[in-house]
Amino acid sequence: MQKRFLLNVMLTLIWVALTGVFNYINLIIGFVISYFILWIISRNSEDRRYFTIAIKIVGFFFFFLWEMLRANWQVAYEVVTSNLHMKPGIVKIYLEAKTDLEITLLSNLISLTPGTLVIDVSDDKKVMYVHGMYLQDKEKFIDSIKMGLEKPLLNIMR
Amino acid sequence: MTEIIIMILSGVGAITILLASIGMLRMPDLYLRLSVTTKAATLGVGLILVSAAFYFSNVGVTSRVLAIILFITITAPVSAQLIGRAAYLVKTKMWKHTIIDELDGMYDNNGTLHGTETSEPDANESKE
Repeated sequence: MQKRFLLNVMLTLIWVALTGVFNYINLIIGFVISYFILWIISRNSEDRRYFTIAIKIVGFFFFFLWEMLRANWQVAYEVVTSNLHMKPGIVKIYLEAKTDLEITLLSNLISLTPGTLVIDVSDDKKVMYVHGMYLQDKEKFIDSIKMGLEKPLLNIMR
Repeated sequence: MTEIIIMILSGVGAITILLASIGMLRMPDLYLRLSVTTKAATLGVGLILVSAAFYFSNVGVTSRVLAIILFITITAPVSAQLIGRAAYLVKTKMWKHTIIDELDGMYDNNGTLHGTETSEPDANESKE
């Protein structure tokens, strides 16, 4: 997989060198073209994980951006309207992520969505304590983190 | 066309930062203030930086903007988490309408945090 990625970057640089235009648009065009070339070349080989994972990463990026904007809108509404009708609290979330990298990425993502904040991770790395702003429905809150953030992240990492 | 994009991006970014600072005033306790300000400020700074990249539109500025956004998104949540954890350890008061606190009494005397089994309720009394 790393080999495919490095090949992709190298082909992109060759494209940029041949066209002679060094800006971001041209870099992206070169990356997409060499991505398709590699995809066609390795159609019959069994190691095709790179191609699915690249699409998944782009999809997850836009999905996360959308989630972040939505949550920001909710918090902005809370700040502007006169009475506070939120129900904050700290809940316990059982982790499926195992390694340090997965837990770090997950807690970064949770902390980046407004209204949620990771307070601590237990020492045996099994439980994460999350401070949330809207806990009218605790199960729904936990589900939105587990289904909305943890599952897509683990899909990409594993 | 580019001018309109720049206007929208920097305007939305400035409004987001304004809302974050209003939230800083209005939120009732430290945890809520943290969770409102860090993210909104991250988003606002990111939008303003992107509009700066559109304004200058050359490779040097754009790559710097991308690097700054990357490092802000990596570091801001970590610092927010550390501030929140430190605040919890020195027992900062939570808002009176807080409905649930499952972290209560989960730290033991040595400062280790248990996940599944509960230690005795006032075990973190002697923590410094």
